[in-house]
Amino acid sequence: MAELIQILISGLAAGSIYALAAVGFTLLWQASQTINFAQGEFVMLPAFFVLVGMTVFGLPLWPSVFLALALSLVILGVAFKRLIVEPMLPHGTLPLVIATIALGLLMKESVKEFYGATAQPFPAIFPQTVYHVAGASVSLQDIGNLIVSMLAIGGLQLFLNRTRTGRCMQASAQNPAVAEILGVNVKRMVLYTFLINAALATIASVLISPIYLAKFSNGETLGLVAFIAAIVGGFNQIRGALVGGLLIGVIDNVSAVYISAEYRSAMPLILLIAIILLRPQGLLGTPEGRTV
Amino acid sequence: MTRLQPVLFVLGIAALVLAPIGQGNYIVYTLCSWLLFSIAAMGLNLTLGYAGQVSLAQAAFMGIGAYITSLLTLAGIHWGLAAILSIAASFAVGLMLGYPALRVQHHFLAFVTLAFNTLLFLVLRNEEEITGGSFGLSGMERPSFFGVSTDTNMAFYYFSLVCFLIAAFAMWWILRSPWGRAFKALRENPIRAESLGLKIRRQTLLAFAIGSAFGGLAGALQAPLVQFIEPGSFALIHSLKLLLMVVVGGSGFFFGPMLGAAVVILLPEVLRFTEGYYLIIYSVLVIVLMVYSPSGLIGLGRRIAEKLKPRHEARRDLQQGVQL
Repeated sequence: MAELIQILISGLAAGSIYALAAVGFTLLWQASQTINFAQGEFVMLPAFFVLVGMTVFGLPLWPSVFLALALSLVILGVAFKRLIVEPMLPHGTLPLVIATIALGLLMKESVKEFYGATAQPFPAIFPQTVYHVAGASVSLQDIGNLIVSMLAIGGLQLFLNRTRTGRCMQASAQNPAVAEILGVNVKRMVLYTFLINAALATIASVLISPIYLAKFSNGETLGLVAFIAAIVGGFNQIRGALVGGLLIGVIDNVSAVYISAEYRSAMPLILLIAIILLRPQGLLGTPEGRTV
Repeated sequence: MTRLQPVLFVLGIAALVLAPIGQGNYIVYTLCSWLLFSIAAMGLNLTLGYAGQVSLAQAAFMGIGAYITSLLTLAGIHWGLAAILSIAASFAVGLMLGYPALRVQHHFLAFVTLAFNTLLFLVLRNEEEITGGSFGLSGMERPSFFGVSTDTNMAFYYFSLVCFLIAAFAMWWILRSPWGRAFKALRENPIRAESLGLKIRRQTLLAFAIGSAFGGLAGALQAPLVQFIEPGSFALIHSLKLLLMVVVGGSGFFFGPMLGAAVVILLPEVLRFTEGYYLIIYSVLVIVLMVYSPSGLIGLGRRIAEKLKPRHEARRDLQQGVQL
C-alpha cells in the first residue's frame, strides 16, 4: 500500500508536468489548428536557456529562469508564430506539420551542436528533502512540481474564463469569423495563445529538467507524451489535457512497477489506441462535427 | 507535351539503367536505397497526396516487410515468396489499423499510426527470441533468380530497379484507373465525391492499405540490401523522414516521392562537408521550402515555369473589375 501511494504521488507529479505541455499543445490546436510536433523540443529548450544564463553570463538560478522565460516568449512564442505558423496557415495543416517536425529537428540539433550532446545536470528548484509518511517516502520535489503545475493550469483556467481577454481568446478559438465581427482582435488573441504555450513550456522545462537532466533528445519522449495526453483527455478541452497528463503520468509509473518495465512506454500508446477506438473525442472532450 | 512523354519516359529509364555503371560500390548502394525509399514514399504519396490522410507509420510497414522477409529467408524460403507475404502482411495490418481510425475524424489516422510505429519498435526491441532484440537480424542472403545471383551491388541495383519499375507501373495504373481517379475526387472535394456515390471511408481505407503494402515491399528489399536489420531503422523518426520525402518532393504529384527521396537521401551526402551542421542546415531548408512552397519542389518548379512561360494575358483593367 505504502509503495502504491509512493508510485501514485510520483506519477501525479510527473503527470502534472506532462499536463503543462499537453495544455499548451491543446491551446495551439484550438487557436490556430497547429499540430505542434515540436512541442517536446519546446519543453527541452528553455532548460538550456537557463543553463546558458548560468554558465555563460554567470547569473544565479532565478534571474536565469526569467531570462529563459523571456527568450522562450520571444523565440517559441512570437518568432514561431510570425515566421512559421502565420505564413503557412492558409495552406492547411500538412505543410505546417512537416515544418514543425523540421523545427523540432532544428532545435534538437542546434542544442547538440552549440551546447553539448551529453546530459547536463540542472539545478533543483526545490530542496531534495524526502519525507516518510505512513511508510511511503514522498519527495518534496514531487509535491512542489505538482503544486506549481496545478497553480499554473488553475491560473490559466481562471484567466481564460474570468477575464475579458481570456474570453476573447476562447471566442477566437471557437469561431474566428464571428469573433472578428464582434470586434475581437483575433490575430492578437492567437499571439497570446502562442505566448502562453511558450510560458507553459518554460515552466515544464524548469520543473522536469532537475529530474531527467537537460539533454538535447529529451523532447522526443516528452513530445509524444504531451501528444497522447492531449488526445486521451480530449483535444478541445484544457481540463481534458490536464486529466490526460495526470493519467499518463500515473499509468506510466504504475505499469513500470506492476506490469513490465520493458513495455512501460507501450502502456500510454495502448491507452491512446483504446481511447481512439472507444471514445474518439477524448475522456472529457466534446465531439466535434465531422469536417466531411 | 503528350508527344514528348514517351521520349522522356525512355530517356528516364535509360538514365536509371546507366546510372550505376562505372560508379563505386558506395554510390551504387546509395542508388539502391534511393530506389527502395522511392517505393515506400510512393506508397505514402498514395495515402497522403491522393487520399489526403497523414500516415506516420510508413517506416513501421517497412519494418514489418523487412522482418518478415528476413525471418523467412533465414529459414530458407525464397525471397520471392517472402516478399509476397511481406506485402500481404503490410496490407492486412494497414486494413486493421485504418479501419477503426478512419471511422472517426480525419486526423486520427495520424495519431493511431504514430502510436503503432512506436509500439512496433518496442515489440521488435523486446521480443528478443524472434526478432533478435536490439542486436537485430543479420546474414540474410541476397536472392538469386533462375541461377542469376544478385550478390554484387551492381546486380542488386538492377534487381531493385526492376522492383521499382513494377511498383511505379502499378502505382501509375492504380492512379489512372477509375478507381484511382476517385482518390483525386476525394481529395479535391470529398462532399461532392460522396454525393456522387463514392464510399469515402472505404476508398480512403484501401488507399492507406495499398500505400502500406508499398512500404512492405520496400522493407522486403531493404533486408537483402543491407543484410542487417535492427529496430532502430524502423523507428518513428524514419516515418517522419518518409513523410518529409513525400512533402519535399511534392505530395500528390506522381514523381514527387522519387524527387523527394533523392533529396532526402542525397542532401546529407552533399552537405557532408559542413560536418555537424548538416542536420541544422537541412531542417532550415525544409522549413523555408514549406513556408514558400507547401506543394514541394515540383510545385515550386511549376510555379517558376509558369512565370517564365509566355501566355496570353487577359486585359489588366478587367482583372480589377473581377475582384470587385
